[in-house]
Amino acid sequence: MKSDSDHIKWLIEEAVTYKEFLKHWLEPSNLERLRPRLAFQTGVLAGFALIASFLLGVTHCSTHDAIQQRLDEDLQKSLAEVVPSTLHDNDLLQDTVTVPSTEDNLGANETTVYIARKAGQVSAVCFKLAAPDGYSGIINMVIGINRDGEILGVRVINHAETPGLGDKIEIAKSGWILDFNGRSLLGLTDAQWAVKKDGGVFDQFAGATITPRAVVKTVHRGLQFFNRHRNELIGS
Amino acid sequence: MFISESYRKIMRDGIWDNNIVFSQYLALCPLLAVTVTATNGLGMGLATLAVLISTNAIVSVTRHLIPSEVRIPIFVLLIAAVVTVVDMLMDAWLHELHKVLGLFIPLIVTNCAILGRAESFASRQPVAPSLWDGLMMGLGFTMALVVLGAAREIASAGTLFANASLLLGDRFKFIELTLIPDYKGFLLMALPPGGFIMLAFIITGKRLLDRKRVANKAQAALLSEAIPEEIR
Repeated sequence: MKSDSDHIKWLIEEAVTYKEFLKHWLEPSNLERLRPRLAFQTGVLAGFALIASFLLGVTHCSTHDAIQQRLDEDLQKSLAEVVPSTLHDNDLLQDTVTVPSTEDNLGANETTVYIARKAGQVSAVCFKLAAPDGYSGIINMVIGINRDGEILGVRVINHAETPGLGDKIEIAKSGWILDFNGRSLLGLTDAQWAVKKDGGVFDQFAGATITPRAVVKTVHRGLQFFNRHRNELIGS
Repeated sequence: MFISESYRKIMRDGIWDNNIVFSQYLALCPLLAVTVTATNGLGMGLATLAVLISTNAIVSVTRHLIPSEVRIPIFVLLIAAVVTVVDMLMDAWLHELHKVLGLFIPLIVTNCAILGRAESFASRQPVAPSLWDGLMMGLGFTMALVVLGAAREIASAGTLFANASLLLGDRFKFIELTLIPDYKGFLLMALPPGGFIMLAFIITGKRLLDRKRVANKAQAALLSEAIPEEIR
């Protein structure tokens, strides 16, 4: 026991010495003497970099899970909009198939397809797709397709189209996007999968043709992608 | 007043006389991009306020350590780190707002006003005035963003503080107002050029006010000189 208390006493003494040293070292007059030295400047810069990295690391670790959870919630919300909950009794986020889609021009080299099952049988699939040729950048969307190849719904997740013109593709701004519901490759010929201006069946907006054209073309590509991989998706 | 004259001056500078937007004309890039609505302005303003207070405090605490030769890299490093921390915290806890502002939060790093306060104030002053300066400059900036955002929102959509509950919680649902029902919308004001136009109106208004104030002061001084002490 005696040695323990001695040890603690020694530790306290050490701490006091260090504290005194630090106090002396941090005096503005002492720092003024040190500041012009190159080694000191390098050390200070490195010290700040170390502190910054530590701060970022701690914040990243403490927020990572929460951010991931928020992203999952977002995804779940948009998936729920295109696949009604009556069609499935499984967790869409856990039941996925990854399909290579470099050729399909869906905005990614691999597309994660979320499989909706009712009593074990595949009832619908949904996946994210992106129109690369919007008026101002990429338009990210999610599409739900039932096992017969009919569209259950399409929603725009985010875009940078002109407010007031191109943003009518959002469900919050207009019902245009609902026109896709029930459409399929069987119901329309390839030429009809276009906006009316190009001889198709879908409306364009007054003053904005590029945005709806990009969306229609991408939805068409999405259906073709589903058709090509249909057996592997439905059979899984 | 219970605060001393120097603190009052910092307050006046930050909020009005030396306001980041209306007098220094700094940080116009994030300003014009974000202020489509008053809520966005408020969110961006508060994020900037948090960054400004933190960086001012850190720079002021370590001001004797920082050699003037390497001060700019250190300031930029600190600001970038703090902004990234704010960005991550907002993504985790204010996710809906982060989706709207997400693109612009990293832009706070390039907000020259923050570097400017670190350089011209925090690196020369003790911690308490630096904190106060960060708070006041940040409040002035927030005020500018909210005023500009509100003006543009009313002109472009006829609403005020739309979606404010995303930022402040559902208790603040009551400040979401529709000022002009069935408004057809005025697209120009939602686009960046509209921001410039509206900003010009606000700055003109402020300068007219300032001029009037100076004139009033001069007149008062003239009067007090002209009238002998006994009569007054």
